[in-house]
Amino acid sequence: MSNFKLKKGVNLSLEGAVSGTSTTQVSAKRYAVVPDDFTGIIPRLEVKEGDKVLAGDALYHDKNHPQIKISSPVSGTIEAIERGERRKILSIVILPDSENQFKVFNAKDAKELMLESGLWAAMRQRPYDIVPDPDVAPRDIFVTAFDSAPLAAPMSLQVAGKEEYLQKGIDALGKMTEGKVYVGCAPEAELSLKGCEVNTFAGPHPAGNAGVQLANVKPVNKGETVWTLDAVTVARLGELIATKKLPVETIVAVVGENVTTPKLVKCTMGADIASLTAGNIADVAGSRIISGNVLTGVKVAANGYLQFPYRQITVIPEVKNDAEFMGWASLSPKKFSLYRSFTCRLFGTRKPFSFDSKLNGGERAIIMSGEYDRMLPMDIYAEYLIKAIIAFDIDKMEQLGIYEVAPEDFALAEFADTSKLPLQRIVREGLDKLRKEMN
Amino acid sequence: MKGLRKFLDKAKPNFMPGGKYQKFQSVFEGLETFLLTPNTVATSGVHIHDSNDSKRTMSVVILALMPALLFGIYNIGYQHYLAIGEAEAGFLAMFCFGLLALLPKIVVSYVVGLGIEFIGAQIRGHEIQEGFLVTGILIPMICPINTPVWMIAVATAFAVIFAKEVFGGTGMNIFNVALVTRAVLFFGYPSKMSGDAAFVATDPAFGMGAGTVTDAFTGATPLGQAAIHAGEGVPQLTNILGEPISTLDAFIGLIPGSVGEVSTLCILIGAAILLITGTASWKIMGSVFVGGFVMSLIANTFASAAYPVSMLAPIDQLCLGGFAFAAVFMATDPVTGARTETGKYIYGFLIGVLAILIRIYNGGFPEGAMLAVLFMNAFAPTIDYCVVNANINRRLKRAKATNK
Repeated sequence: MSNFKLKKGVNLSLEGAVSGTSTTQVSAKRYAVVPDDFTGIIPRLEVKEGDKVLAGDALYHDKNHPQIKISSPVSGTIEAIERGERRKILSIVILPDSENQFKVFNAKDAKELMLESGLWAAMRQRPYDIVPDPDVAPRDIFVTAFDSAPLAAPMSLQVAGKEEYLQKGIDALGKMTEGKVYVGCAPEAELSLKGCEVNTFAGPHPAGNAGVQLANVKPVNKGETVWTLDAVTVARLGELIATKKLPVETIVAVVGENVTTPKLVKCTMGADIASLTAGNIADVAGSRIISGNVLTGVKVAANGYLQFPYRQITVIPEVKNDAEFMGWASLSPKKFSLYRSFTCRLFGTRKPFSFDSKLNGGERAIIMSGEYDRMLPMDIYAEYLIKAIIAFDIDKMEQLGIYEVAPEDFALAEFADTSKLPLQRIVREGLDKLRKEMN
Repeated sequence: MKGLRKFLDKAKPNFMPGGKYQKFQSVFEGLETFLLTPNTVATSGVHIHDSNDSKRTMSVVILALMPALLFGIYNIGYQHYLAIGEAEAGFLAMFCFGLLALLPKIVVSYVVGLGIEFIGAQIRGHEIQEGFLVTGILIPMICPINTPVWMIAVATAFAVIFAKEVFGGTGMNIFNVALVTRAVLFFGYPSKMSGDAAFVATDPAFGMGAGTVTDAFTGATPLGQAAIHAGEGVPQLTNILGEPISTLDAFIGLIPGSVGEVSTLCILIGAAILLITGTASWKIMGSVFVGGFVMSLIANTFASAAYPVSMLAPIDQLCLGGFAFAAVFMATDPVTGARTETGKYIYGFLIGVLAILIRIYNGGFPEGAMLAVLFMNAFAPTIDYCVVNANINRRLKRAKATNK
């Protein structure tokens, strides 16, 4: 075990944090699975509208690996299969039964259980940051046991009282790799687990990112595959093995400036936003509702759903000040910046700030140097990698470490970027194109 | 600000494609975003953004240039009134004279440069970018006050088109645009850019400050004097009336020289603004000074009468000429400089060394800062390439070790 001290990155302090650990139970009116959340899977439906499903029943499987299934979190009736352009499946909406009925799996093998129950799709693999290919044995498995993203509820809350399941899950994962299972903990919330290597990571966000942890422990090389997942999924795996039922409960932090009372909600995965936030959003029309955190989450409509893998709903104002006169010259201490040309740096940036979704500038060529590197605690020249991806120079991308990164690793760099470039999108598209090219 | 918003919204359709003034779309949008911060919101990726943008960054640089610019304006007047034997003319007169003498050059530099930028943005369908806001003020600051306005216009146009727009505009250029402008002037019109007649405004500006130059007047800059110094011993530097000057005079800057480059003190105030706000890299800035100091020290240790400038003390070398200005404002341009953290040390150090090396050992050029920065601009990508390659090799080695 080692203790890593990471210096790069920053903890952003936003208004609307949740205080305390008390949770309220919410049962949603609708549930949905959004196929876009499971990167790398081409959905082939197993159900049609009107079908009855149990919690754990497969809704669809992957075209290339039919054994990877995505399952329903609740029992009920398939109410709608919403499609977009070229009949792409946007979401599968389930109307829940009054009481959740679970499918009982009978597979013996942990891997088979995971594939069949849909828990497999909760893992990601590097390279490409996609749902792992079940035919490839991973070099190592990395488990993240804390969430360092802005306004995230502590992950320890999610796994509290599930230590037994955690250990069971770790044991099962240990059998799936020839290498090791690494668990990355925050220094203040170290888990005591056997059969794995527990490391601690001190430092600001993105210290909790799987990519950052594995880059500091044992980076991925070309030709290698590692799996990444979080401790919540490990606990679910343990529970799945023990009970043969898919655990679907989750604790969601409903947070952000425009939430009237930030709180923790106990619910089932895929719950609809309306049920989770009912009456709790100050100004729905002027708000941006994000499934996830402000850095990596997805913008959802007020009638959207809690998407995977998020355990957080963040609501921030869309545009706070309309028509600001010469905003670039502003001396307002309310404007947050990492640069000391803003007066907020004089008054301290630890206190919560109010952020809106404004871009705060126009898109430019990369001008300032070193901005990305300061936000990425990995041995990677981020700017050069981004340029290689834009140029789609495969050799350079490989040399500069494309296999080690995921879009989320660039989220803070994207926040800090003076040139306002969509870095996460660039990385995602680069990874997708590269995968197509390599397979 | 609602009224302004309404006014702009009303005018906008005229400037959009199909409108009466559609050829000025980029100009209009540039002005609009300058006056009113646009409400563009994040569409992909992160939902919140840092408040800093390139407009802010460029404004900070311009702010940092202000002390040197204001001092430069005063110094133009000071040198002028000293030359015509009216040293007792007040501060206000000197400042006003300087302003009158310099303003046409600032205006011309901006009009020509921004005009070309606007056209470039319109052709490419881009937003107008802010890079020239800094370049436009740098150009008059690094030229001798007696440079004719038309020369500035020609050189600015050449530099903006061939050193910037053809490479793709702001953020894409290889060479520092302001320095290319100066290089064009320097090699195109050498007689106007150096020598005794370039650095002190002896003619009246718009009728102000008329008078005849006193007999004691020589317009040579301290570095110019040092370069032609003959015989043994440290050259005694003088002001334009032949009175000796000290290191402190050179540091404060009441000496002849290019407009913005004279006062090391004011330049250092600008440096403090750039460094405190985190706008410029302290690694580059610091290593330029270190490089310059080391090279001056070496040259001074082996000083010889064949190269009279080598006899100047290292601290004088850093205070005289354009060295400090280049270190603070030119070398730190992030677009044309080294972009890797290790590379920045090497890049800065070599600029410092080269600037002093050229200044001392090349009799053709009394000052080497401009050439040093331009030269290292060309080498910055190579330095970065080596630094990044070290990272690549580390990765390859790691892969080999684990795949064994």
